Amino acid sequence: MGPLLHISVGAFTVWSQANHFSLLTSHFSSKTALIAAFDFSVFLRPSPESALNNLSYLLVGLGWSLLLALTSWVVAFVIGSAIGVMRTLPGRFLPSIGACYVELFRNIPLLVQLFIWFFVIPDMTPILGDWFKRQVPPIWQEFIAGTACLGLFTAARIAEQVRAGIGSLGAGQIGAGLALGLKRRQVYLLVLLPVAYRILIPTLTSEFLNLIKNTAVASTIGYVELAQRSASMAETTSRVYEAFAAGTLLYAVLNLLVMALARGLERFTSLPGFLGGRR
Amino acid sequence: MFFDWSAIPGALPILWQGMIVTLQITLVGVLVGVLLGTLLALFRLSPSRLLSWFSATYVTIFRSIPLVMVLFWFHLVLIPLIVGLLFPGQRLELRFITALTAFSLFEASYYAEIIRAGILSVTKGQLSAGLALGMNRGQVMRLVILPQALRRMVPLLLTQAIILFQDSTLVYVINLDDFFRKAYNVGNTVGTLNELILFAGAVYLVICTLASGCVRQLHRKLTVLAR
Amino acid sequence: MISIRNVSKWYGEFQALKKCSTEVDKGEVVVICGPSGSGKSTLIKCVNGLESFQEGEILVDGISVTDRKTDLPKLRSRVGMVFQHFELFPHLSILDNITLAQCRVLGRSKKKAVEKAVQLLQMVGLAEQQPKFPAQLSGGQQQRVAIARALAMDPIAMLFDEPTSALDPEMINEVLDVMVNLAQSGMTMLVVTHEMGFAKKVADRVIFMDRGEVVEDQPKHTFFENPETERARQFLSKILTH
Repeated sequence: MGPLLHISVGAFTVWSQANHFSLLTSHFSSKTALIAAFDFSVFLRPSPESALNNLSYLLVGLGWSLLLALTSWVVAFVIGSAIGVMRTLPGRFLPSIGACYVELFRNIPLLVQLFIWFFVIPDMTPILGDWFKRQVPPIWQEFIAGTACLGLFTAARIAEQVRAGIGSLGAGQIGAGLALGLKRRQVYLLVLLPVAYRILIPTLTSEFLNLIKNTAVASTIGYVELAQRSASMAETTSRVYEAFAAGTLLYAVLNLLVMALARGLERFTSLPGFLGGRR
Repeated sequence: MFFDWSAIPGALPILWQGMIVTLQITLVGVLVGVLLGTLLALFRLSPSRLLSWFSATYVTIFRSIPLVMVLFWFHLVLIPLIVGLLFPGQRLELRFITALTAFSLFEASYYAEIIRAGILSVTKGQLSAGLALGMNRGQVMRLVILPQALRRMVPLLLTQAIILFQDSTLVYVINLDDFFRKAYNVGNTVGTLNELILFAGAVYLVICTLASGCVRQLHRKLTVLAR
Repeated sequence: MISIRNVSKWYGEFQALKKCSTEVDKGEVVVICGPSGSGKSTLIKCVNGLESFQEGEILVDGISVTDRKTDLPKLRSRVGMVFQHFELFPHLSILDNITLAQCRVLGRSKKKAVEKAVQLLQMVGLAEQQPKFPAQLSGGQQQRVAIARALAMDPIAMLFDEPTSALDPEMINEVLDVMVNLAQSGMTMLVVTHEMGFAKKVADRVIFMDRGEVVEDQPKHTFFENPETERARQFLSKILTH
């Protein structure tokens, strides 16, 4: 893989120089405009930010983005499912708690929520907060605040989707389960959720992709994920197009991977004769 | 847990300035976003393969990258480039323009999808009926399909506007002073950061809750009319 | 077996059931008919507590449905219900559909549950469809499986809510045949249906409902030959001229 990358990068550099592939770039410091060629070898040069070369610097950023996304997703899925189910239960108390949760977390901007988790809550919590601010290393402070924020934010969205999914199955399924003597808890676990989740795979996938994009917001509290690193690489190497092109490409590739996995999951869990599943 | 809200009343003028910026970004983002989005949707649905491909690529790219990165990209690259071409040698304070442009182009991709789905939701029968009466495609689109599609889309368009209103806080990353940034700055200066953050959160909460409540009402009214 | 006494139900201002009363004895087959909106489905769903009601009382085998102390899931497991839209569980195979409640509610061993399921599938004529999933079966087949699923719980009575209304005409008979056999074997049945042929064949009594009230409650022959009320007469004349 390595040698192939080297060869193709080298070939492209030579070709681009030979074709006078040039564009006007303005330097964001006080220097005057430069004429530069697309220089993809910049990815192999060492990054001033770390011991790695620039490409690896970005890839590690991608890794941090993905890590935050995954942990937040676990939190979001569990809490979101619980709240979504709560909103479909009979009675008025539980559904309204669910509704309040959703309204609260959907009507405050993500950035504000993040700042609340990172600044306000550690300040306000008596013992745990002080420990958090003093003993936990900054990167993990950012990570924990990010996970809590993104987890609960995304949970509100998942709750709405789960609620819609269960609703689409209709009262008929619930009635059929209850009529057999199953308790409500059993009806949800054995009948409703297995089908609802299958129906929801596409919407949940797009929610996960949103979550990946939202991890970029964590850069405002210093979490060094991909978007931030793209910008930082652009600044340090002056290779702005290459840096952002790489960042965009990496996000796009991640998108495609997630969607392919989701399609695989859909096929794996499909029911014969149902929703176009296996026969 | 002692909260000191005393800084807030005095800071209201400053915060209001920030809110104006937020509202301007939201408004421009929505208007340009809807216009551009409609264009993109029509391109995507047009018989021309070039236009369709262009629209699809545009939407796919903008929908797969974070808004934060789009803001960085415009701030560090495109705007300085364009300004460098148009006003060489000058350094202008461009953050506001950057924000307006970035949001408009970004939101356009989301609006394009909403509008496209809305147009497609009007059944083919309507198109057939219009054509059978002798109208050309353009007329059918304008007189028959778009009016129906719009009625279905309006709640979604408004919801997206509320999302834009919340996303405007991300101009933080390009150091532009919107409502939230102002609140943060005041909090930092005076020393009551927590209180200001919570205050800002409360303001957004109230505005967005009221707004989404109104959209729900509108949606209910529109759905009844459609039957 | 089933006692319905002065049951009234309101949806907000609208009264769906008006002081409905009737009795179903063990082994009786009672058919409920009437125009749409007459409350027949609502009434039958009250019997196993799927719908609530504000006034009156329903007793199933002596147990009150609305009593707080009643173990409602247990009661429901003793009364079988068949729905208009079959409501099989789409993510489970036919066999699993029938064994699920047997194991989870009655606590039967998987082995016994499967034996029972196979026996019932044979009875309804679908033994070979075992491994299939609901979406792969026709409507008539699905409804027969639904009947088997309810019978697997060894119920003391069976409730049918318009079991053939959602079926294509050519499939109605296969389901009615199963129901006729069930009736002839002595099962207590309360059936909401438009199928008057079925009523004529196996019903003991026919109840006619209109606008939430029980208008007629007669033995079969009396109902068909000499109904008391004008409304029932009109209904019969419209429905029987087909």
